[in-house]
Amino acid sequence: MVSTQPRTQARTRQPAARPRGPRPTRGYRVFQVVNAVVLTGVVVVTLYPFLTIVARSLSDNAYIVAGEVNLVPRGFNLTAYRVVTSDPTFWVSYRNTVFYTVVATLISVVLTTCYAYVLSKRHLRGRTALVGIAVFTMFFTGGLIPNYVLVTSLGLKNTVWAIALPNAINVFNLLVMKAFFESLPVELEEAAAVDGLNTYGTLLRIVLPLSKAMVATMVLFYAVSFWNSWFAAFLYMDRQDLLPVTVYLRNLIAGATDATQTGGGLGSAGDVVQSAATIQSVTIVLTILPILAVYPFIQRYFVSGVMLGAVKG
Amino acid sequence: MSLASPIPRGRRTPWRRALRRDWQLYSLAVLPLLFFLTFRYLPMLGNMIAFRRFQPGGSLFGEYWTGLRYFRLFFTDPTFWNVFTNTLALGALTLVFCFPLPIVLALLLNEVRNRALKRFVQSVSYLPHFLSIVIVAAMVLQLLSVDGAVNQMLRAVGGEPVPFMQQAGWFRTIYVSSEVWQTVGWGTILYLAALTTVDGDLYEAARIDGANRWRQTWHVTLPGIRPTMVTLLILNIGTFMAVGFEKILLLYNPLTYPTADVISTYLYRVGIVSGNLSYAAAIGLFESVIGLTLVLSANAISRRTVGTSLW
Repeated sequence: MVSTQPRTQARTRQPAARPRGPRPTRGYRVFQVVNAVVLTGVVVVTLYPFLTIVARSLSDNAYIVAGEVNLVPRGFNLTAYRVVTSDPTFWVSYRNTVFYTVVATLISVVLTTCYAYVLSKRHLRGRTALVGIAVFTMFFTGGLIPNYVLVTSLGLKNTVWAIALPNAINVFNLLVMKAFFESLPVELEEAAAVDGLNTYGTLLRIVLPLSKAMVATMVLFYAVSFWNSWFAAFLYMDRQDLLPVTVYLRNLIAGATDATQTGGGLGSAGDVVQSAATIQSVTIVLTILPILAVYPFIQRYFVSGVMLGAVKG
Repeated sequence: MSLASPIPRGRRTPWRRALRRDWQLYSLAVLPLLFFLTFRYLPMLGNMIAFRRFQPGGSLFGEYWTGLRYFRLFFTDPTFWNVFTNTLALGALTLVFCFPLPIVLALLLNEVRNRALKRFVQSVSYLPHFLSIVIVAAMVLQLLSVDGAVNQMLRAVGGEPVPFMQQAGWFRTIYVSSEVWQTVGWGTILYLAALTTVDGDLYEAARIDGANRWRQTWHVTLPGIRPTMVTLLILNIGTFMAVGFEKILLLYNPLTYPTADVISTYLYRVGIVSGNLSYAAAIGLFESVIGLTLVLSANAISRRTVGTSLW
């Protein structure tokens, strides 16, 4: 995808010691201070929305209505948490999210691995065409309406396939994995062939065991994107008991927005809307939690995956 | 298997031999190809309904030809021109803010000597990338509600609370800010990677020539990451027309349509909510073609002028 050769060689070099002159000038020291302040500002701005949502989720309705809840919870209570967690629909939608994520990720990873492996074989006749078929779809797509017509007429509505199949292969992920396979030493596969393994055997017993980190990265890429996706489910699921938690949350906020519009003047909004505010905050918190819990562990896989894709693709 | 017969360089293997030798590899490509044909290329053909009368429950490709009827319809539709303008405005604003800011942040991060601090800022700023758009939208609505954090600050400085989400005048600011919040940190990754590859000797040489740090950044660092910048710019231009459909769908409402409604949301309402699929497909096709044209021209221009291109 990105044709910038020179970057490949020095990819692993650390930036730390940058030889930029013997001693920092006064101006540069001032800059360092300003820089630290700016970056602290970035951190604060990024985290602020999370903190205020947590504070709202733990607060009493009355204080929220009065506009007195910012970073510190006022009238601390867990009622809203109890309300949300005792709603069976919430747990059904959570279970749906897990189910859709597992099925869709499985399909995606298998298909992406197979195709990436094929594309990584430089000697293969027709390889350029196979790459082209995939890459072209990054820049030109059928669009929403024909996709909708297709999925509907294939009878995929209200099934997990409506979520899993139309987005089974992400071309960016495909290129990342292709680049990885291309970087594996050819000798290993040659040795496998000499030992009498066929292509399937080589892929399963030689290549994949060497690619555990890459496969893990792919699983994470796809799992996070399916976990977060909502539009496919919103479009193709008609029944409440089939919705994932993202659509559950969407319906919650959409309901609140509608109520604000139809209800009286702003500021004097009715009880329904305001109780929705705490409930919304709690639902947001409970939806973010699993992501936050795994974030420290998955982050570096994502970073290395993205870099591999950009540098080698 | 491929190894029994070494491949002659520079000459193509005949198809018959390639198939006999690599049929197992080709067989692995069957399911993925089926996916691309069904869910990527078939919908492209499905755009045919833009030129044909489509009947729900009827053929995937419509019933009979209508020529350019649907195109004429939307070219004379005032709403279409309104959403077209909105798309351009939001696309341009997103490009102006979301393209350069990651570069700035990456340059700032690159100057940080303290490893732990750098790591921490990076980890925090990547976080929003991992959130669902629904969560981001829900957070935006909470922060900007009449009792939300932003209005509290307004009140603290003596201002009147503003119902941000109900005012068309605020929508673009809100949308672009939330895009910046969500994408800038993550956008630094590629630049930080590119920055590590800038040759240290160049800084040394520049310093001997009397360049201060600012000039070193301008004359060494920025040219060093130019290929990355150009590539990402082209990719950004490619998504210009497809401005955040999902986010807008979650954030807008009839009160903010005058500034928030874009081509993709309009065709969603026309096509899927109201069921005028042919009309919506015509609009969608128009949008895709513009998108493809943009990316191809950006790529061509960049190849001519700076020698970097996507393929």
